[in-house]
Amino acid sequence: MFDVEKIRYDFPMIRNNPNLIYFDSAATSFKPQCVIDEVLHYYEYTNSNIHRGDYDISFEVSKLYDDTRKQIASFIGAKRKEEIVYTYGATSSLNTVAINFGNKFLKPGDVILTSMVEHASDILPWFKAAERSGAKIEYVPFPSNGKFDLDAYEKCFEGKNVKIVALPHVSNVLGYIYPMKEIARIAHEHGAYIAVDGAQAVPHIKVDVQDLDIDFLSFSSHKMLGPSGIGVLYGKYELLDQMDPIFYGGGSNARFYPDCSLILKETPEKFEAGTPNIEGVLGMDQAIRYLSSIGMDEVEAYGTELSDYFISRLDELDTVEVYNHGSKAGIVTFNMKGIFAQDAASYFNKQGIAVRTGNHCAKMLHEIIGVNETIRASFYIYNTKQEIDRFIEVIKDTTLEKCVDSIL
Amino acid sequence: MMDKEIKREIMLDHYNNPNNKMTVNDERYRSVHNASDSCIDDITVYMRAEEGKIKDVKFDGIGCTICTASTDIMCDLVTDKDFDEARKIIKEYYSMVDGKPFDEDDLDEANAFDTLYQQANRIKCGTIGIRAIEDLINEFDK
Repeated sequence: MFDVEKIRYDFPMIRNNPNLIYFDSAATSFKPQCVIDEVLHYYEYTNSNIHRGDYDISFEVSKLYDDTRKQIASFIGAKRKEEIVYTYGATSSLNTVAINFGNKFLKPGDVILTSMVEHASDILPWFKAAERSGAKIEYVPFPSNGKFDLDAYEKCFEGKNVKIVALPHVSNVLGYIYPMKEIARIAHEHGAYIAVDGAQAVPHIKVDVQDLDIDFLSFSSHKMLGPSGIGVLYGKYELLDQMDPIFYGGGSNARFYPDCSLILKETPEKFEAGTPNIEGVLGMDQAIRYLSSIGMDEVEAYGTELSDYFISRLDELDTVEVYNHGSKAGIVTFNMKGIFAQDAASYFNKQGIAVRTGNHCAKMLHEIIGVNETIRASFYIYNTKQEIDRFIEVIKDTTLEKCVDSIL
Repeated sequence: MMDKEIKREIMLDHYNNPNNKMTVNDERYRSVHNASDSCIDDITVYMRAEEGKIKDVKFDGIGCTICTASTDIMCDLVTDKDFDEARKIIKEYYSMVDGKPFDEDDLDEANAFDTLYQQANRIKCGTIGIRAIEDLINEFDK
């Protein structure tokens, strides 16, 4: 049974900021007490490096660090824990795929198929991979409502040597869940691989990499209740195993010799040179346990309930334009008519409401929805309908004059 | 200190009806583009200068109230000024938005922004167009 009041009590940021309404969880989420406690516990009781020490606390931390891989593998439905590579976040995961896959598999004339809806972190690494390999970037056409068009997508393969498809599972601006199983099937039918940006999906919906049959999945811990600076790259084992690491150093090699030859550790450890973000891994473990104890179906249903409710309340107002009717995953994108997004957000801030404005790192999206800047409100398990009601009252009360007054 | 009602009126007037906002396609003008890397403000300023004097300044692009109004007001303020006079106005403006002492006699309607320094996250909005104007002066007066 989903009990939002009980959940709210678990979050110190909510208890400590009674006048703040935080609607920017798509940027980063709050952390529950158990995650904070776990990170503190490491620093206060078990601070030690992994895989090095011949002493109890190092052994204990190494075990937790390795066991978390199992926990993550089971959370996203991976076949084995060796398919989980720790990174510094979704951006570093996405770069790792683009660099490694690009170096190994891309040739001049190949096509990297992506879209203009993409977040900078999902598209810029592929720009660079294209530049290095001589492959070409092409875009899946999107209708102006920003929804995914499977027919248009399938046509992109005709007469083209598409080697990899790079798409988000959930759009970070519009919150739409893309039909990833179909997208992956079509990619594979045409001999392409698929790399999925899961940054907005994994925190909000059940993602099962085997069911979806995707080749790579990138996501961050900090958007799913865990610490910053830690993330995951999932890859099918046989693909990861064929790739070379970007970084070399301690922790990722088994042996090296005067003639400059070296033997790397096995996948995934060969990708993890240097002392990693150990406390981040331990905190992420707690975050995943916390989400699992609620259940991802419940998390998804509640996110959808909040975005549906907010959109239905916004639709009552003729001063507002909503860009993503039918979106899920707790993301609502809109503008107030005649008021520049950042001016409105300044006023909301004065009223204690935190939202994000701008293009949300998807700098080409305006090519599709036709507006440059929007207001994005994003919800998570600790937000409530009462907070949305309060926001609606503030929106009703917002005028250009009041926005200007907020800086006078 | 300017009255709050008057400040609001000045800002809304220059935002809703910016008299210097237009695209210029005239080879006598030079242009500089300036955009914020943290928000959407994205402005191009066009300037015509002769014999050490600014003859005309226009701008276009996308900007919030603060960005649009501050750029429009500064276009008015530096027009018909020589380069050093214009630089002095801009210097006083920067002092104002940094919360430092400044000479309000130089700033006329730009005094509407005299409390902008209190909004750390919006100061950038009030300098996007001004930096472009400053760059153009430096380009003409190398």
